[in-house]
Amino acid sequence: MRSGYKEIQHTADWALQVWAPDLTELMHQAALGMIALMGARLNPEGRLERTLMVNAGDKEGLLVAFLNSILYEMELDSIGFDRFDLKLDGLKLHARLAGAPLLELQKSIKAVTFHNLEIRPVDAGLETTIVFDV
Amino acid sequence: MVLLQEIKKINDYEWEIPQSYRNDMRVAVRLFVTRRLLEDALGDRSLEQAINATTLPGVMQPVVVMPDMHQGYGFPIGGVAATRLTDGVVSPGAIGYDINCGVRLLGSRIELGAVEPVLSNLADALNRHCPSGVGVAGEYHLKDAELAQVCRIGARWALKKGLATEEDLLRTEEAGCLDGADPSRVSSQTKKRGLNQLGTLGAGNHFIEVDVVDRLYDDQAAQAMGLQEGMLTLQIHCGSRGFGHQICTDYVQELQSAVHRYGIKLPDRELVCAPLDSPEGKDYLAAMRSAANYAFCNRQLLAHAARLAFEEALAGVINNWQLHQVYDIAHNMGKTETHIVDGKKVKVCVHRKGATRAFGPGSPELPEAYRSIGQPVLVPGSMGTASWVLAGTAESMARSWGSSCHGAGRVMSRSQAKREIRGDRLRNELEANGIHIRAGSLPGLAEEAPRAYKDVDEVVETVHAAGIARKVARLRPVIVIKG
Repeated sequence: MRSGYKEIQHTADWALQVWAPDLTELMHQAALGMIALMGARLNPEGRLERTLMVNAGDKEGLLVAFLNSILYEMELDSIGFDRFDLKLDGLKLHARLAGAPLLELQKSIKAVTFHNLEIRPVDAGLETTIVFDV
Repeated sequence: MVLLQEIKKINDYEWEIPQSYRNDMRVAVRLFVTRRLLEDALGDRSLEQAINATTLPGVMQPVVVMPDMHQGYGFPIGGVAATRLTDGVVSPGAIGYDINCGVRLLGSRIELGAVEPVLSNLADALNRHCPSGVGVAGEYHLKDAELAQVCRIGARWALKKGLATEEDLLRTEEAGCLDGADPSRVSSQTKKRGLNQLGTLGAGNHFIEVDVVDRLYDDQAAQAMGLQEGMLTLQIHCGSRGFGHQICTDYVQELQSAVHRYGIKLPDRELVCAPLDSPEGKDYLAAMRSAANYAFCNRQLLAHAARLAFEEALAGVINNWQLHQVYDIAHNMGKTETHIVDGKKVKVCVHRKGATRAFGPGSPELPEAYRSIGQPVLVPGSMGTASWVLAGTAESMARSWGSSCHGAGRVMSRSQAKREIRGDRLRNELEANGIHIRAGSLPGLAEEAPRAYKDVDEVVETVHAAGIARKVARLRPVIVIKG
């Protein structure tokens, strides 16, 4: 697979390995993976949209800020997202998120961490491992 | 990867990773562990994280790690690092996202035998009165000004509302309020998260538990704490909820650039920090103290709700269903403290992440009732296993920055626990052992299964034998409420 994510072992928290051909798709896969880890189930009705503008000093900072912004929106309004339209301009990310009110959220994530976070170039594009505090 | 042969054995309960182990270490790592627990720790990255913590500027000798250590993010869970006020730093990641996560213990004169037939009703009442679970709001919907007041005065806010007693506050670390909180240092996003979460338990490893005092080890200390064999107690384990998480998130992000400004080099970006006397460091401390006070107030409101539940379930069954406060203690916190180093008083910022303050007898910070016995140290087990009440010692002041362990400590990953343990089977097993379970999520229950944790009795035996805390009472669970 050219892009995707998988959960990997961590003693206390959750960790997610993510890979993609470019940074925009890496952000997309990371968001999908994080929401899948949380066991979010969306209401089929009441579709909604949110717009996020995120920037940071480097690409790792951008990834953390983007994912933390999603967590914030989810917790504040009890909503979840399943579609992401992302546009990257340097280290500025413009994100249109589509989703719906949550029917169920099995687990919450406290925060996305910088722990050993590095977005590495690999043959097929980019890869990283994100540790979440739960 | 650290190897066992590279760690120096001091005695059966104390080991050291010398400063010479890695070039960037500023001090040694002191481990309070048995050989078996140390071998467990070698299975994850907790020792590497403890070594990384020794690179913080101004860190004092040594960085200490407790027997319930396990891998965290940046800083190990079970870690304690003290940094000099004069030239040291404060690191949000070394305190954690759940600022002032902690434990409150309440005692009672309720004999287990007298209420055994109605324990199920009590579990239902606690589950109803104490909001828990992912995304569940509480009954307190604060205005901005009220939230600011909670940040400034902590548990005293509950006292003003008639939801606490003076005795509750007296028997809380720092009387339930850290000085120096400033809600203006908290972002508007954070404030929004704080408005509706006060008085809620949350999810994850947080819980409310009714236990019975199984055995006493120190009659004098137990008497001071109002603990008697065969009587019920109540534990509340939670923290500052989304309010604290967002403060740590904001400052970890903000300090990414501060480390470059101050020329600080670190092996892990999650350890980002700022000098204690810098504008960035002061802002974080003011915000962190706001979250700490929010958490003190949160546990106080949950204690009030638990008291209502006890009244609802037990009035008419027994005459005295009252719950008295034993103690409330943080295990994720940064505190300014004075310690004696080489015979001199030194002011330090003690970072405790998954470690409990454990001040010894005579400490002026303790309430009168505990000044002769030492501070109560609350060590919750893992649902289905024992919890412990310990007391701080003079040795903890001398050897572990006045600190001790905080729990059992995970040993199995959450994903492995979910794969190997079924939530419904676990619930049935616990119920068959006489433990009433109320859980919001069965997969969540499985992740917190007893065998995902170390043996809490072994952890406690280690700190007791090492002399950094002493055993007072062992508690056995009869009701567990999880979000």
